[in-house]
Amino acid sequence: MNLESFLLMRHEVMLTIALLIILIAELSTEKKNSIINLSIILMFITTIVGFFPVPEGTLFGGMYQTNHMTVLMKNILNIGTLILFLQVAEWIKQPQYGNKVSEFYLLILSTLIGMNFMISSGHFLMFYIGLELATIPIAALAAYDRAKSISAEAGIKLILSSALSSGILLYGLSMMYGTIGSLYFTEMAGAFMSTPLQTLGFVFFFAGMGFKISLVPFHLWTADVYEGAPINVASYLSVISKGAAVFILAILLYTVFYSIAPMWKNLLYVMAVMTMTVGNLFALRQKNMKRFLAFSSIAQAGFILLGMIDGTSMGMASMIYFVLIYIFTNLGAFGVVSAISVATGKENMDDYNGLYKTNPSLSLLMMLSLFSLAGIPPVAGFFGKFFLFTSAANSGYYWLVFIAVINATISLYYYLLVVKAMFINNNDHPIAYFKSGFTTRIALLMCMIGIFVIGLYSPIYEFIRMFSTGM
Amino acid sequence: MDFLTLFVVVPVLTIFAIVFTKNMKQTRLVSAIGMGVQLILAIALVFMYLAEREAGNTAEMVFSHSYVWFESLNIQYIIGVDGISVAMILLAAIVVLTGIFASWQVDFLPREFFISLIFLSAGVFGFFISLDLFTMFLFYEVAVIPMYLLIGIWGTGPKEYSAMKLTLMLMGASALLLVGLLGIYFNSNAGGGDLTFNILEIAKVNIPMSAQRMFFPMTFIGFGVLGALFPFHTWSPDGHASAPTAVSMLHAGVLMKLGGYGAFRVAMYLMPDAAQEMAWIFLILTGISVVYGAFGAIFQKDLKYINAYSSVSHCGLVLFAILMMNKTALNGAILQMISHGLMTALFFALIGMIYGRTHTRMINQLGGLMKIMPVLSVSYVIAGLASLGLPGLSGFIAEMTIFFGAFQHPDVFHRVLTITAAASIVITAVYILRVVGQILYGPVTNEHYLKLDDAHWYERVSTGVLIVAIAGIGIAPLWLSDMINDSLNPIVHQLMQAIVK
Repeated sequence: MNLESFLLMRHEVMLTIALLIILIAELSTEKKNSIINLSIILMFITTIVGFFPVPEGTLFGGMYQTNHMTVLMKNILNIGTLILFLQVAEWIKQPQYGNKVSEFYLLILSTLIGMNFMISSGHFLMFYIGLELATIPIAALAAYDRAKSISAEAGIKLILSSALSSGILLYGLSMMYGTIGSLYFTEMAGAFMSTPLQTLGFVFFFAGMGFKISLVPFHLWTADVYEGAPINVASYLSVISKGAAVFILAILLYTVFYSIAPMWKNLLYVMAVMTMTVGNLFALRQKNMKRFLAFSSIAQAGFILLGMIDGTSMGMASMIYFVLIYIFTNLGAFGVVSAISVATGKENMDDYNGLYKTNPSLSLLMMLSLFSLAGIPPVAGFFGKFFLFTSAANSGYYWLVFIAVINATISLYYYLLVVKAMFINNNDHPIAYFKSGFTTRIALLMCMIGIFVIGLYSPIYEFIRMFSTGM
Repeated sequence: MDFLTLFVVVPVLTIFAIVFTKNMKQTRLVSAIGMGVQLILAIALVFMYLAEREAGNTAEMVFSHSYVWFESLNIQYIIGVDGISVAMILLAAIVVLTGIFASWQVDFLPREFFISLIFLSAGVFGFFISLDLFTMFLFYEVAVIPMYLLIGIWGTGPKEYSAMKLTLMLMGASALLLVGLLGIYFNSNAGGGDLTFNILEIAKVNIPMSAQRMFFPMTFIGFGVLGALFPFHTWSPDGHASAPTAVSMLHAGVLMKLGGYGAFRVAMYLMPDAAQEMAWIFLILTGISVVYGAFGAIFQKDLKYINAYSSVSHCGLVLFAILMMNKTALNGAILQMISHGLMTALFFALIGMIYGRTHTRMINQLGGLMKIMPVLSVSYVIAGLASLGLPGLSGFIAEMTIFFGAFQHPDVFHRVLTITAAASIVITAVYILRVVGQILYGPVTNEHYLKLDDAHWYERVSTGVLIVAIAGIGIAPLWLSDMINDSLNPIVHQLMQAIVK
């Protein structure tokens, strides 16, 4: 193994180095702030380095493969994590998290490494290891609020449900292995027929992935975990973790399972309709902002399937583009919720009544993020949704598009409820004015710029389109 | 930069300028200047357009420019105007400016109010200049969403309910519209070319009949909801009644016209065969709109509800005329859009001014206003007369043209519908005259009213401009109707071809 082939796994290597540096740094310093700043700087460097051009290639005898599209996906995840690190700083400085904060960063980075390996895998075992590495540390993170029993409960719930889903997924993989005799993507590709055992294997596999993406009916863990887990962990789960799972699912569907496309297209159709509708209907009644965003993110996952169902490079591009927008948008919304929670401890929608009078910029930011989630122009969510719908319509799924847009309208209702709380409702004791920390403001500013620029500035879409491949 | 894009740039710049204003006086001054510039631009556009046609430019769209936006999907920012869009832009500019003057005294969060209002107007102007379905849809949504905040924050009565109802119904309509537009897009290569959102390109293509049958109703209803098509009109009365004055003006005056304009420019123009085939269904629905709206207005007690139902009736007439599909009726439809836009804006402005003084809009609590505020009352009478179609005012020209055109259809179905719709004029006269008699004449119902003052200068500007425009069109309609008439040729040609096939 020479240096050049080593450089192919640059993303993973950089993240591992960053992880080790933080581990060592913790031994040598007692200061919380230096660890926090160091993590941000390391993540920043990793993100920048990720953008340098890299050749395509495979490693470890085909276990690991990289191409421009996977690099793009990893870069998107890196950007999201960087913003998250900026948002986290203020929250993690709170005294209840003690003096040792490096665990948080170590766990996040290890999940990110797992996701990167998962996206780049060329073999189902590699994929499985990446998947586990991406999931198990998050359960520890969900239980990060050591003093709260609800947080511990979230951790347990997450670990149990992901263990179950991994089990199902593995079972599905073993059936596939039994019928094909290989777990290499390249060898399995095209070997799929609609024989009963293979179909069953695929359905088990898909159910396992459905857990990770929290598609209905595999979504039941989502709301409880999001509510119990610390806000920033919930936002990581809903954005980065979900994004990575969506990416790998699309890659697998397009490269390995393309020969049974008619079957998984039907499956995706049904799942998309259920996920959007159920996610929306549950979101309507939520009073807790974290649960609210949890159900809204379930509904958003349903929209993402609309890009996947097309199977062309256009569908892939619109999906990656949507995830990119979704990262900025949802981190914007979660960032505001987190900032308010850190400053005041309030997390209910009623607490937001009259927020605009005391904290106008946070309210505006929240409104724009919610509009972007709902798909209202001129913010980026509109473009993301429009292109998803375009790619679904490209395959002739006009009714699916119609159901999706009706769902987008329903979602607009509950997003507007928050807008109404902030701008219209009266409150004698609104949340007092507070000034959030420097890093939080940087993070929110980045989200804001992203929400406007990614949509209106078309070269970003064209760039993604250039590297996207379809079936 | 090209001239037409200025219509979007000026509002955006005005918004940025408003952000830096410090108090209400500065805010409204900046808004008035910005929208004043917009009106000057609109008038300049009319003259430039007429000069261009005079010089022999016979292109379908003039001042046209296109910029590639999302290249791989062939989405472009294409702009251009014909006589119809020029007229609509002029209407919008007048209504927006008078709306600003009508909300001169907004003291609750004035900056946010004017920003939302002007943002909405940017969407409206953008919609009228764009010739690309994607851009058009984008501007359409831009124009709808600020309504939520405008009604929700500054409205009156059950404002939160009305704001939510209006937003959700219009966004639900855009669901249909979006599917319709995507359907058009994916059939735009029927002639062998690339997929495109460009309206002029698509017009040259014969979209397959099966696709037209599916997407014409979607597109037409999608736009029709905004034009208060029965049975999707219910957002309109509640929304209008709860909205603050300027928003009612803009909404009834301009935003509802987006529906008519879109139905005609997109649904009918691009899918003429299905339009010919299905017109009868929608003709019945619009006929119901016309009559039902007028009857609805009779039974209302709130001035704003009366005008909201009257708008349903008048906007129904616009769609009705569009579906008649001959040149005279189409010309009447456009004239009716402009006439109704001006006159309903005047109505809502006056209602706002009366409400601001008396704090009631119930007609049984008002009376004898003519003695107390003669200027406002006379203006109200003028608006009323325009609404019931008195010759010499704009309403007469528009309605005459519509019914004249509609009656050209020799068959029984069209004749019966036309006569029914024409009967609504009588009903209109009933509710208008009843209101005028009740609130303007007769005894003063409340002695507090005697202390109220008449119109202030800004209110005089607002109503004066609108009255001049209404009378101007009524007295000298030909320049406008000629300008529209020439631009109708392409669409009439499309519709005629559809008959021949």
